[in-house]
Amino acid sequence: MINSAARPGLVSEYLGFTPNPTFYLESVCSSSTMGLRVAWSMIEAGLHNIVAVIGFQKMSELSSREAAERMGRGGDVVWESPLGLTMPAGYGMYARAHMATYGSTSEHLAKIRVKAGLYGARNEKATYRKGVTFEEVISSEIVADPLKRYDCCANADGASCIILARGDIARRVCKIPIWVSGLGSATDTMAMSGRTLLTGLKCAQKAATDAYKMAGVGPGDIDVAEVHDCFTIAELMAYEDLGFAKPGQGVNLIEAKETYAEGKIPVNVDGGLLSKGHPIGATGGSQVRTIVRQLRGEATEAQVKDAEIGLVHNIGGIGQYATVTVLRRK
Amino acid sequence: MGFDSFGIVSFTGETKAAEFVNFLTQGKVMATRCRDCGTVSFPPKMDCPDCMSSNAEWFEITGPATLETFAVVTYGPSGFENDAPYTLAIANFGKFKVFGRMSKDIPADQLKVGMKVKAAPVKLAGDRISYEFLKV
Repeated sequence: MINSAARPGLVSEYLGFTPNPTFYLESVCSSSTMGLRVAWSMIEAGLHNIVAVIGFQKMSELSSREAAERMGRGGDVVWESPLGLTMPAGYGMYARAHMATYGSTSEHLAKIRVKAGLYGARNEKATYRKGVTFEEVISSEIVADPLKRYDCCANADGASCIILARGDIARRVCKIPIWVSGLGSATDTMAMSGRTLLTGLKCAQKAATDAYKMAGVGPGDIDVAEVHDCFTIAELMAYEDLGFAKPGQGVNLIEAKETYAEGKIPVNVDGGLLSKGHPIGATGGSQVRTIVRQLRGEATEAQVKDAEIGLVHNIGGIGQYATVTVLRRK
Repeated sequence: MGFDSFGIVSFTGETKAAEFVNFLTQGKVMATRCRDCGTVSFPPKMDCPDCMSSNAEWFEITGPATLETFAVVTYGPSGFENDAPYTLAIANFGKFKVFGRMSKDIPADQLKVGMKVKAAPVKLAGDRISYEFLKV
């Protein structure tokens, strides 16, 4: 395995970028949209004209149990990892709290997985290109109760690349440039015990507020969204954290199929992480790719009609890091 | 006992709050309070994140606390394979919350959000030590 110190130079040289500057950026699962945020800042500051944000992860070098242990160290490694905290357990605790507070159920979560399967089957880049039935999801084995196997995304290998350019350059070289309109990012405590809210991610709420403000839009203006569905409960909480539904009412969106491609607010109509798999460092870039294709009218797997404003919600760890990005066609 | 004795698997042997483990061996689960601004911390913090003072004092967590949420881990990660199933939980002690494990003595059908719990040290195999939540 190539250690992190060697990665940026290696990729940069392979792509023929030497002697241009390169560096490595880390915020676990949200790394590539954090990279987008930094790239935008460097272009706005006049430091660079074009920046490539490359995300990658090769998880197949680890066994499933090893990956579970490694990911479980994305949070508080001093106090919480030693007790056996894993990502499914962390999100399982969010799921239990959401269910106890609002009456959401495993059946609601299963419907989110069924939606992911429908679109994942059409996505040639997805790890799982197969639909799943409600019965298959609901009867799958427990991983971290209340979360079952099909409530969890899969480890995957993957890579993504976002190329960001100064506006005048983008207009010249790109047939349909897509514009970064709003950038929000926030953090929450490393320790799960520090979370004041357990029915949603406060960092996602703050990132969304900041991204909407910068873009001058609200939740009702979003035509299509990619949210970080590392677990089904994560998508349900995203509906509420992003303001697509009030707290506790996210279940109504999936019940009424409003987050399907034909619905009021299509979410993860590329299959999401639940179908695509979750190659940690590459995931945010993959989400951005889907929204860019949607806004260009090129999303052959499930094009949302006349999509002009899109949103990407990308979470790092068990809600330690969040980025929300608003993208526009015009 | 060093801090690398804490928990089922240790990933880091060092912390400024390593004394936590000594308190566990004395039968106490402890948190910290900033003597200057009163901020309480769990996990313990010897440097206050609110006022940056390093004037911290220890106090014992007594409770009772309210169980806010829990998840029953059936798929153990590396190092925890033989440990599963185990239940991770967050308990609210009022001014702070504690993440920990539920005692395996509590039957699964008695686990409930809102139940009253207290934290108590627990000795583990291989001369290791931790704490867990007991039913009050």
